[in-house]
Amino acid sequence: MAASLSCSPNPTLTRVTVSPRSSLSPTVPHFLKFLATTPFHPFRPLTARSQSSSFSFAAPRASAAADDKSSSTSTSFHGICYVVGDNIDTDQIIPAEYLTLVPSKPDEYEKLGSYALIGLPDSYTTRFVEPNETKTKYSIVIGGYNFGCGSSREHAPVALGAAGVAAVVAESYARIFFRNSVATGEVYPLESEGRICEECKTGDTLTIELAESRLINHTTGKEYRLKPIGDAGPVIEAGGIFDYARKTGMIPSISA
Amino acid sequence: MATSTIAPTPISVILNKKDLGISAFSTRSGFSIPKCRGTISKKICSVMTPQQSERKPSTTGSVKTGMTMTEKILARASEKTQLIPGENVWVNIDVLMTHDVCGPGSIGIFKKEFGENAKVWDREKIVIIPDHYIFTSDERANRNVDILRDFCMEQNIKYFYDIKDLSNFKANPDYKGVCHIALAQEGHCRPGEVLLGTDSHTCTAGAFGQFATGIGNTDAGFVLGTGKLLLKVPQTLRFVMDGKMPDYLLAKDLILQIIGEISVSGATYKSMEFVGSTVESLTMEERMTLCNMVVEAGGKNGVVPADSTTYKYLEDKTSVAYEPVYSDEQARFLSEYRFDVSKLEPLVAKPHSPDNRALARECKDVKIDRVYIGSCTGGKTEDFMAAAKVFLASGKKVKVPTFLVPATQKVWMDLYGLQVPGSGGKTCSQIFEEAGCDTPASPSCGACLGGPKDTYARMNEPMVCVSTTNRNFPGRMGHREGQIYLASPYTAAASALTGYVTDPREFLQ
Repeated sequence: MAASLSCSPNPTLTRVTVSPRSSLSPTVPHFLKFLATTPFHPFRPLTARSQSSSFSFAAPRASAAADDKSSSTSTSFHGICYVVGDNIDTDQIIPAEYLTLVPSKPDEYEKLGSYALIGLPDSYTTRFVEPNETKTKYSIVIGGYNFGCGSSREHAPVALGAAGVAAVVAESYARIFFRNSVATGEVYPLESEGRICEECKTGDTLTIELAESRLINHTTGKEYRLKPIGDAGPVIEAGGIFDYARKTGMIPSISA
Repeated sequence: MATSTIAPTPISVILNKKDLGISAFSTRSGFSIPKCRGTISKKICSVMTPQQSERKPSTTGSVKTGMTMTEKILARASEKTQLIPGENVWVNIDVLMTHDVCGPGSIGIFKKEFGENAKVWDREKIVIIPDHYIFTSDERANRNVDILRDFCMEQNIKYFYDIKDLSNFKANPDYKGVCHIALAQEGHCRPGEVLLGTDSHTCTAGAFGQFATGIGNTDAGFVLGTGKLLLKVPQTLRFVMDGKMPDYLLAKDLILQIIGEISVSGATYKSMEFVGSTVESLTMEERMTLCNMVVEAGGKNGVVPADSTTYKYLEDKTSVAYEPVYSDEQARFLSEYRFDVSKLEPLVAKPHSPDNRALARECKDVKIDRVYIGSCTGGKTEDFMAAAKVFLASGKKVKVPTFLVPATQKVWMDLYGLQVPGSGGKTCSQIFEEAGCDTPASPSCGACLGGPKDTYARMNEPMVCVSTTNRNFPGRMGHREGQIYLASPYTAAASALTGYVTDPREFLQ
């Protein structure tokens, strides 16, 4: 199996997919993909005193960014952020009228991205994805508590990922959204220690240092702690639920 | 099997006790209770219950440590004798349900991971129910139902509730409608089993004393191929509801009360167990309403212990043997909440959150534009019977457009076939017609979640709607600036009669 390599259109954002499974959408160009056998492993703090709010683990295709194309263990996301509030439900992330789009079809995956966060009320004066664009310029979404509540639609993390979001940093997540994020590897669901959604503004430039569980707001000069990923770790480490199951002998390997 | 009617016994180990009998209905304190939100302390309970000299056998064998219903179901399904919350275990799945919105994506992942020629793990344990976007001219929505049909043919799936003639649902004898109600009506919900579905309201089936929860496409793709899924055992919150239910309340009021109490994230990653004399007195459809909305509190699943009401409902619906389980006396609950139901009043959830609780009578000045009765939450036969009861009692006509969307074909037939008690032989449909409601529409998820632009009763304008559905987030029923008041069928019907949010006691007493 060959790793496909491509460069990000956004030079500040690159991602490594730690999985033998290829991306859901081969047409999305901005990921760097490595084999599962790659020694690279971005999730150091996995052992974790897990937060009880991180849960049902599960996860294929978890991805994160390396600050270089090397197998460096210092993993980071860098970009500008889009800030939302509490209880951002799946209807605001991707309204139900767009659920006819099937995420496993590459062209429809792309379309889902263009509708990401289009359900936000008019009080959000800045659009997340500009009209006639398929990608957002915001690679990090900052939210409050209970991000992704509501429906079980996997279209929600997929829409964010397809739009070009690398990570969401929220105070807490609804269960199914968190699990789907890890399962699809579309976005990296991180939890903040406090309410950074009240301290960051849309357009601020951020860096997330995963290994250090640290978020830096370059615009304000402030730094914040992030919570460790919790007990989703072993599954992420294996490369997702399919790989975890193959590794543990639950299902046979793809091919000999 | 299936003969035990024992009620759950009192429990001895509870980390937090909350008696909400008084605060529950008092306007002042009812709204002053701090919300749990995401910041509540969520300590994992890992302390062993003190060893009791007397051990009660359970269906999973003699127990060392008490387990809750949910723990027991997951223990049996993972072939273990003991589980504690927080453990991640591979669980054998009894039934996997998917529908037209998430089915095509799940099938796509299944094929990608297991191969184009792969076979599903068990053709008799997969239930596929088109229900979301059916009566629409949206080509992609129609195509998605075609994808389901092709897959079911290819895999010889036993339970596929197909629809081909969109112009007349009655021409499709196999077509059911809303998946969660169809699952129950077709006998796919059974005590003690594990049911997963690609829909967050799959938790509805917990009413049957089973573990039921919603999953995403990727997990569903995994289950299609293996029949298993890695699940984390949730902690359990117990809700004890006692007292005679006043005849102006419905289960919808109870669950709105609970969500208002613990917030939309108060049960995140938790199981919610409903017990008490009030719960025991509820019909199966009312228990389904209760469990349906646990996801609105963030819950992973909800359960009601199976009893004679459950067995009676299942009598003519399934021949599959099932074995109920019950929480042990020494089971450990994270918290216990107690409610005196006799003191509750009709409630609504104001825009734009299901935990934005208010008394219906406090909102009497809220002018509304329409009423919607339907969905997995409020579109069952008894929900329409309840609405008809209010219309009948008033003898008046509705003042705003009132849309009726039966959940399933069976519910639709009940509206036209069952007589409403005390009406002198009238059916629901006759009463609705006399009250000036819209004619009951074709069964489906309808406008509960907005859907394609041409969906019946979708809110295409920024209107105010009283709805028996489950969510009132911005844009849920269509327009982003629309306002949705979630309410029971009683309150919805009463509101239709006045054109304002209305306490049903105005007509029922």
